[in-house]
Amino acid sequence: MAGADDGGREPRSRLKSLIIQLRHALPVAGAFIALLVIWQAVTRLAGIPDYVLPSPTQIAGAISDEWRQLLVNAAVTFAEATAGFVLSIVVGIPLGVAIVYSRWLDRVLYPLLVASQSIPKVALAPIFVVWFGFGLLPKVLIAFSIAFFAIVVNTVVGMKRAPVEMIHLMRSFGATRMQIFLRVRLPVAAPYIFAGIKISATFAVVGAIVGEFIAASSGLGYLQLIANNNFQIPLLFGILVLLSVMGGVLYGLVVLLEWMVLPTPLRTVRADEAGATL
Amino acid sequence: MTEAAARPPGGGASISISHVGMTYQRRGARVDALTDVSLDIAAGSFVSILGPSGCGKSTLMMLAAGLYRPSSGELRIDGKLLEDCFTDAGIVFQTDVLLPWLSILDNVVMPARIKRLDLEAATKQGRALLAQVGLGGFEANYPSELSGGMRQRAAICRALLCEPSVLFMDEPFGALDALTRERMQADINRLWAEHRKTVLLITHDIEEAVLLSDEVVVMSPRPGRILRRFRVDLPQPREPAIRRDPRFHGIVDDIRALFRDAGVL
Ligand SMILES: Nc1ncnc2c1ncn2[C@@H]1O[C@H](COP(=O)(O)OP(=O)(O)OP(=O)(O)O)[C@@H](O)[C@H]1O
Ligand SMILES: [Mg+2]
Repeated sequence: MAGADDGGREPRSRLKSLIIQLRHALPVAGAFIALLVIWQAVTRLAGIPDYVLPSPTQIAGAISDEWRQLLVNAAVTFAEATAGFVLSIVVGIPLGVAIVYSRWLDRVLYPLLVASQSIPKVALAPIFVVWFGFGLLPKVLIAFSIAFFAIVVNTVVGMKRAPVEMIHLMRSFGATRMQIFLRVRLPVAAPYIFAGIKISATFAVVGAIVGEFIAASSGLGYLQLIANNNFQIPLLFGILVLLSVMGGVLYGLVVLLEWMVLPTPLRTVRADEAGATL
Repeated sequence: MTEAAARPPGGGASISISHVGMTYQRRGARVDALTDVSLDIAAGSFVSILGPSGCGKSTLMMLAAGLYRPSSGELRIDGKLLEDCFTDAGIVFQTDVLLPWLSILDNVVMPARIKRLDLEAATKQGRALLAQVGLGGFEANYPSELSGGMRQRAAICRALLCEPSVLFMDEPFGALDALTRERMQADINRLWAEHRKTVLLITHDIEEAVLLSDEVVVMSPRPGRILRRFRVDLPQPREPAIRRDPRFHGIVDDIRALFRDAGVL
């Protein structure tokens, strides 16, 4: 009671820390704009033709000219990438948990899964097209196959990070395995799982595009092939811009979700993002 | 000896350790941590385990709490064979083991949450305990916002929350400054005197052991055995003035001499 007024300060609010985080992004935005200005100046002053390297304004022009076509195809790619991304979360996290809890899966399936990562997944795309046709499904599956591994690995690594003392503590309270999972293992793993999800968000977009390169009649990857054939180089770059925006939006949604669900001490932990390959 | 036996029994449990040995096996290497340890701890008594670093004190506590299985021998609590973790215990580990993603108050009431007890009552109790150890006002803070000593005090509150019948403490005051340590020692002694639960305190501080305990169990260097047991027949609860009592110094000196003979000092 005596210590009541000299007590601890109010824990920093979520909003305030989000604003601080945004302020850190300001210099990055500045550097990006500077880069665009230099790009514009160099392409203009050196007279680089637009079929080699279009200037930012030419790219913007191509986007505004073709916006309707771009939007329709972007919607297709976004749908494929998002479906593959969501699928890799829905499969990846439970699979990671199962590997941690099952000795058999840990000894047999996990090494196989890790070894399978030496397969360049891009090379799987033609096979998937043979198996699943030309529709949405093969693209979703390619996106999934590229994106889910990062989530599995990070879930496994995170769940194994729970300090043995914390487990002992919970057992001394009489905690069940389920309670230990929910109250210790999952919170400890959460930053790692989110790190995995962030990697997989950008990978899923790559997967969707690769699928569209192989066989498609719509989507940004398909549009890129068309633009390439027609020498519409500014449009090609315009698609690139849209693709990065798409990856960025998915990534940003994950970051937002992370800020909403994780308590401060877990957010400030810098999880080392376990590696993954395309 | 008769004085302790005549004490009215509290809510504590008795612990009986008979011929317990513990051998760790790690990557082929075997480490004998304890050999043939037998010890009876009466219900409601305050017993300290004193010994040099690495002699197996923490191991003994983990065995008594049922968190480790002994390699040989058996342990009983209130006469019942210990086969799984003993859940009516409060444990203060050598480190604070607070969950970093929970506020101090949430950490302190965690035992009640796991045991599905009345959370409202537990929260009230938790706040009261925190206030007692000078952490009033820090309920909403995260552990990382507190000093090491403050965190250890919060861990002690958590161990006390459900009024367990046995309190295990593994060097709980090690991270505290001299002043806070003295206050916490007095607090623990007072709380124990009020409730008369069984306390097993692990320490390597001779004065602390003698100051607080009914009995001090001295262990040998690894592999740990019990060298000797000292009864401390000084009135409980202990007053600070006891540090000037010649009997207090007599026991402290005896233990020092024992350690010197064992080659520890
Ligand atoms: N999990 C373990 N695996 C292997 N060996 C262990 C393990 N825990 C402890 N030991 C070994 O057992 C012996 C006793 O360890 P213990 O932690 O019980 O000592 P202690 O008396 O508590 O020491 P300290 O005062 O330094 O905390 C040590 O030699 C240690 O190396
Ligand atoms: Mg120890």
